[in-house]
Amino acid sequence: MATAVNEKERGALTHPDVESFGQVNRDILKILSRPGKGWWALFTVAVLGVILFFTSWIYQILTGIGVSGLMSPVGWGVYITTFVFWVGIAHSGTLISAILFLFRAPWRQSIYRAAEAMTVFAVMTAGLFPLIHLGRVWHGYWLIPYPNSRFLWPNFRSPLLWDVFAVTTYFTVSAVFFYLGTIPDVAAARDQARGWRKKLYQVVALGWRGTDREWHHFGKAYIFLAAFATPLVLSVHSVVSWDFAMSIVPGWHATIFAPYFVAGAIFSGVAMVITLTVPLRKIFGLEAYLTVKHFDAMAKLILLTSLIVLYAYMTEFFMAWYSGEEIERAMFWNRLFGDYWWATWTMLVCNGLVPIMLWFKRVRHSISALFVISLFINIGMWFERFVIIVTSLSHEYEPFAWGIYRPSMVEMGIMVGSFGWFFFWFLLFTRLLPPVAIAELKEVLPPPLRGARKEGAA
Amino acid sequence: MSTSKQGILASFDYLDSAVDAIGALRKAGFKRKSIQAYAPVPEHDLEHAMGYGQSPVRVFALVGALTGTATGFALSIFTSMDWPLVVGGKPIVSIPAFVVIAFELTILFGALSTVIGLFINTRLPHLKPLVVYDPEFSAGRFGVYVSASEDKVGEARRILEAQEPAEMREDPEGVAHG
Repeated sequence: MATAVNEKERGALTHPDVESFGQVNRDILKILSRPGKGWWALFTVAVLGVILFFTSWIYQILTGIGVSGLMSPVGWGVYITTFVFWVGIAHSGTLISAILFLFRAPWRQSIYRAAEAMTVFAVMTAGLFPLIHLGRVWHGYWLIPYPNSRFLWPNFRSPLLWDVFAVTTYFTVSAVFFYLGTIPDVAAARDQARGWRKKLYQVVALGWRGTDREWHHFGKAYIFLAAFATPLVLSVHSVVSWDFAMSIVPGWHATIFAPYFVAGAIFSGVAMVITLTVPLRKIFGLEAYLTVKHFDAMAKLILLTSLIVLYAYMTEFFMAWYSGEEIERAMFWNRLFGDYWWATWTMLVCNGLVPIMLWFKRVRHSISALFVISLFINIGMWFERFVIIVTSLSHEYEPFAWGIYRPSMVEMGIMVGSFGWFFFWFLLFTRLLPPVAIAELKEVLPPPLRGARKEGAA
Repeated sequence: MSTSKQGILASFDYLDSAVDAIGALRKAGFKRKSIQAYAPVPEHDLEHAMGYGQSPVRVFALVGALTGTATGFALSIFTSMDWPLVVGGKPIVSIPAFVVIAFELTILFGALSTVIGLFINTRLPHLKPLVVYDPEFSAGRFGVYVSASEDKVGEARRILEAQEPAEMREDPEGVAHG
C-alpha cells in the first residue's frame, strides 16, 4: 500500500462501480444467502458427477485394476493424465494469490479467492488419482515415509517419492494459505449472519475482530506465506515433470520438462479460472467486481503462457530431429502421424492455434469469447498430458513391445466424474465462504475520509 | 479484570478520525497497551499511529524453514545410511536427489511455523465472547478502544468525542482489551 492518492487511482481503475466499503460487504455477502436456479442446476450436475466418480471407482476396487485399459506397454493412462491435469489446474490459483500478491498486481484482488479455492479443490481432486491408479487402494499408506516391516525406508532418490512430498506439501500449504485469507472475510460474514450460519462462522473466524494487533501480524504472516508458496508452486509441477523426465523413455527424457510443465500448468489454470469466474459473475451478478479489465489481464497471462507452451512443443520436435536419435525421431513422428495423431493435433490446435485470437483486444474484451477459448484450452491441456504419457509409452525402443492403449469406460467414468467432484466442492464454496475477498478488495478502494479533509488528502 | 479500570469504545465512519483520535490519546499520555484499534482493512496509517515495529512472525518463518531443511536432509540421509542399498548405481547419500525432499520440507515447516507464529502473536483464536465490539468494524467503520483508570476516563472520552464518533459505548469492566 502506497499513499492514499495511489490507492484511489487503482481502485478507480479496477472497480469504478464500487462506491464504499459497506457496499462490498452487502454485494458479496448476499451471494451466500440467495442460491438461485442457476446454482442449483449446476450443483445437481456436479452431484451426478460425484455419483459417477464413486460408482466407477468402487466398481474398480471390487473388481480389480483390470477393468481399466492399462496393460503392457502402457501402464500409465487416463488416471495419470488426469492427475497431472488437476495438479496443473491448481497452479494458477497460487500464481494469482501468492505471486501476483508479491508483485502487487492491482487486478488480483477480486479473482484471487475463487482462484485459491480452485487450487485447494483441484489438488484435492488430483490427490485421489495416484490412489485410484494404485488399484489396491488399501495399500495407499505405503506412500507415507516410514520403515516397513524389514526396516527398509522408501527410496528418496525416486521422483515418485518426491512427488508424494511435493503434492502433500502443496495441498497443506495452499489449504492453510486459503483458510488464513478467509478469516477476516468470514468474520465479516459472521457479523451479519443469523442462525446456523452465525454459529458456523463464529467457529471458522476464530474470534477475529480486526484489531490493530491482528492486522499487523496477519499482514506479515501473509507475506511470508506468499513467499513460501511462490517457490513451492514452481517446484510442484517441476517435480511432477520429473516423474517423466528422470526416466529414459523417448519423449520424456528432456531437460525442458520442468519449465515446460510449469508454463503449461499456469496456462491451463488461468483458463480454468476464466471457466469458473464467467458463470460465477453471471449467476451472482458480480459485474462490478469482476470487470472486463480482470478478464483482459487473465487473457494476457494465457497469451504469454501459450507462447511458452508452443515454443516448448517446437523445441521438443526440433530436438528430436536435431539429436539424430533414431528412436527419439521415430517417437515424435509417431506422435504427429501415428495411432494417436488425433490427440496430438487436438493439443496443437487448442493450445497453439486457438490462443492466437487473444492477440486481438476485441476478443480479450468479450467475456463469452474468452469463456469458449478457455474451454478449448482445458481440453487441449488434458490432451497434452495424454499425448506425453501415452504416445511415449506405446512407442518405446523395441518394435515388438509397441502397443495401443484404449481407455476403458471405467477410466472415462472416473475422469469425467472427477470434474463433478471438483465442481461439487467449488459450488459449495461459493455458498459457504465469501467467493470474493472482501477485506483485500477494500484495500484497493479509497478509504473513507472526512468530507472536509477529502480534498486535502486526495 | 481490575475494577479500577474503565473502557470506552468509539466507532468512527472515517479512517482519519480514528487515526487522529489515537494520535491525540497517545499525545495525552495514554499508553500504547491501553489503546486498541479496529479496522475492516489493514491500514498502514493506523499501524503507524499505534507505533508498531517489526513483527516477530518473521522469526517463526525463518526458524521453521531452517528446521524443515535440516529435517529433510536428516530424514533422507539417515534412512539411506540405515540400510545402505545401492539403487540405480547412485551413491548411498545422493545429495542432489535429497535436495528435493529438503526443499519441500523447508516450505512445509516454514509455512506451518509462520501460522503458529501468527496465532501466538495475535492471540488467536479469541475464544471469549465479543463483549465490546461493533459488527460494523468488519464492514466499514474504524474503532478505537481505550481503557483507563477512573480519573483519566473523562479525558479519554473528551478526546474521542472531539473526533465526532458515530457511536460511543462504555465498558465499565474494561474487559474488551487483550
